[in-house]
Amino acid sequence: MNAVPTQPPWLPTTRQVAIGGIVLGLLAFWLTIPPVSARSPWWPVLVGLCAIAAGIWAVTRGLRRPGWGAIAAGLVGIALGLLSTRASVSNLDQVVVWSALLSSTLVWATPLTFAAIGGMFSERSGVVNIGLEGMMLAGAFFGALGADKFNSWELGLVCGAVAGGGFALVHAVMAIHLRADQIVSGTAINFLALGVTGYFFIQIYGENGTPGDLPRIPDVNIDALGKVFGHLNLMIWLSFVLLIAAHITLFKTPIGLRIRSVGEHPRAADTVGISVYGTRYAAVVLSGMLAALGGAYLSIGYLGSFSENMTAGRGFIALAAVIFGNWRPFGAFAAALLFGASTALSFRLAQPWGNASVLFQALPYVLTLIAVAGVIGRSVPPAAAGRPYVKQ
Amino acid sequence: MSEPQSQAPLDADPEGYAPSVARRLAFYHRAGGIVTPIMTAVVAFLMGGIVVLSTGHNPWRTYKAIFEGSGLNWFFHVGNHSIHVPFTDTHVWFLWDTNTNHVAAYNLTQTLLTTTPLILTGLAVAFAFRCGLFNIGGQGQYLMGTIVGVYIGSRFTDMGHLPHVLFALTCAALAGALWGAIAGFLKATVGAHEVITTIMLNWIAYWGGSYLFGRDGPLQNHFNKAVPISDDIVDNAKLPALWGNPHLQALHVGIFIAVGGLIAFYLILNRTTLGYEVRAVGFNPEAARYGGISVARNFILAMAISGLFAGLAGGIDILGWQFRLGVLDVQVSNIGFIGIAVALLGRNTAVGVGLAALLFGGLLTGTSTRSLDPEVFPPQLAGNLALMIQALVLLFVGADLLILYIWQARRKLRLPGAPRPAKGSA
Repeated sequence: MNAVPTQPPWLPTTRQVAIGGIVLGLLAFWLTIPPVSARSPWWPVLVGLCAIAAGIWAVTRGLRRPGWGAIAAGLVGIALGLLSTRASVSNLDQVVVWSALLSSTLVWATPLTFAAIGGMFSERSGVVNIGLEGMMLAGAFFGALGADKFNSWELGLVCGAVAGGGFALVHAVMAIHLRADQIVSGTAINFLALGVTGYFFIQIYGENGTPGDLPRIPDVNIDALGKVFGHLNLMIWLSFVLLIAAHITLFKTPIGLRIRSVGEHPRAADTVGISVYGTRYAAVVLSGMLAALGGAYLSIGYLGSFSENMTAGRGFIALAAVIFGNWRPFGAFAAALLFGASTALSFRLAQPWGNASVLFQALPYVLTLIAVAGVIGRSVPPAAAGRPYVKQ
Repeated sequence: MSEPQSQAPLDADPEGYAPSVARRLAFYHRAGGIVTPIMTAVVAFLMGGIVVLSTGHNPWRTYKAIFEGSGLNWFFHVGNHSIHVPFTDTHVWFLWDTNTNHVAAYNLTQTLLTTTPLILTGLAVAFAFRCGLFNIGGQGQYLMGTIVGVYIGSRFTDMGHLPHVLFALTCAALAGALWGAIAGFLKATVGAHEVITTIMLNWIAYWGGSYLFGRDGPLQNHFNKAVPISDDIVDNAKLPALWGNPHLQALHVGIFIAVGGLIAFYLILNRTTLGYEVRAVGFNPEAARYGGISVARNFILAMAISGLFAGLAGGIDILGWQFRLGVLDVQVSNIGFIGIAVALLGRNTAVGVGLAALLFGGLLTGTSTRSLDPEVFPPQLAGNLALMIQALVLLFVGADLLILYIWQARRKLRLPGAPRPAKGSA
């Protein structure tokens, strides 16, 4: 320790440089959008290069992760900045309507939040849940079916949750008692949900699709909260509640301790008398029900109809959010917001950018790939995730 | 507190995901043989039949119609016919009527056409499995093959026929290999779990393809800017047709490439040093490492070879019968995902993968809108029935551990290291 040359106190530490680099990278993009709207392409390049430089400085001094983060932020800042300086100013004003973007982000983040928090419970208990996509789809279809048959959105939500829980129960039996490979079983759940929902959708509704007067989950109108938060759907508010409840359950209650312990070291948990199988069953079924609520939000909350394979990979984005958020509720929620924002941007940018905005849809997957590659903050799954437990 | 089944993988795979794949596989190879895959398929079809029955259709007639839609009934109609030897003018005597104006023969060509890529995407999953890796990214690797295949096939217009085809197929296969190798590289260097990375790569390929061929995308059709579709590939890049009318999706020589893939798979795994190392890593990475085998190198190679198979499948589909690639093709294709079911049902062996691919090829063709008799069963329902059957096959592939336990208990056979069946496993 004494060998390290002392540094004058007025110089920033390596970590501060790296964080500054990340901020600069964001700044590179921010400069080019309203209200600043720098039109010269040199600004984002200059600022972005500073960010990259800071990143390299940090990496070469041992702070690899924040440093690489700064480099990535700089590159992304330059790329986005250049793109937006090429777009015309009026288009940009039209796209970047912050309040619309924010509420759209919340809309797209909500199904992801439900599914991601569900997936987090399952993985925390040691069962990898690749079937989130299928469970969401089941929730979307059976939610719509229940809402239609009982003419009530509440019962629709219940039907959706029960269906998602049912699919999750199949996954749980396979993964826990039969000790099947959890990836195989999860993939099977995805196929099964796709087949079952498609089959019954066509059998029951046929060509016409779900009826137009499907009962919808209502919006919560609180004018005092302003444009963005004043008219959010009930499910969006519920997702905030769920987030806090999940955090408290997982980290502040004995239940959460049990879930985490069977996911980290099932043998130890078994030794102290925790039912490994019971806890895992409960966590997996809960994850299916939550994912299904996310799916039901899509069908009877947001769109008001069901179509075949309507989740279109959102279950996998939710899985990505679990990983990106490092298996923590707030992390998963932040990731869901980020990924929701990229979906929202993709739709908002369709006007000025045309087809290229589709690339924003790929952003969650690219970011997660980078995250699991360990470049920006290594992701560490629960120790026993994916491993069946054998009682002795 | 010795628990060989779960303790060894705990050391072997620090990431802790599904480490038992290879051990489970070794278990399958020792016991059960061909019985469990057949039982798996039969039970899956039976349960599909129950769904058909419960929704007011006749399962027997439905399955009969699907079987006829697959064209496999063609083999039942024997007679005194002749066959045209491809690429020559001679005709020789043949037991079956090969005229594709007949429905059964045409349907059979379509079944074989679907079987071709399924064999290769099945191999893509199976090869990685033999190295202890779960390649769930066959779909992304297949898509990369189609994207590169359609790019090369529609450019380089002045190349000769054979060079162009070989060039396009090679590039398509390499694109798939690259896509697979990314996952292998991340697994080998930072230990990122291949299931997660390949899922992400699947969706990156999906959206990448949607961008490339979408309206005003870089590879969108140069003549008609209104349709989100690629340029057509040139005639010189098309695979020669073998059986049927080339304008109506004839069976092409790609089927031989796929069968060649099966043989190559067998030879690589069982007759080469590379295959030996791959299987050694698959059985036990720690022991392999101790024996001087580079686990990292084999992870990357196995994923690259897996991707090579899937990319080749994509290239063959483009050059063989699709001839162009649209955004919709990219988004609805699921050949790579079905490859997972093919590989698992086929027990990751060459013969098994070939047979399972034929089964699923027949199922997909038999339930397609064009082949299935709509009087008997609505094809839109049948497509979803096929999905359900695939899902049930996958589920029972997992559950056949149970079947094996029963099998084992009945024969009073204790496999070394195999855990006792848990109490209450129904």
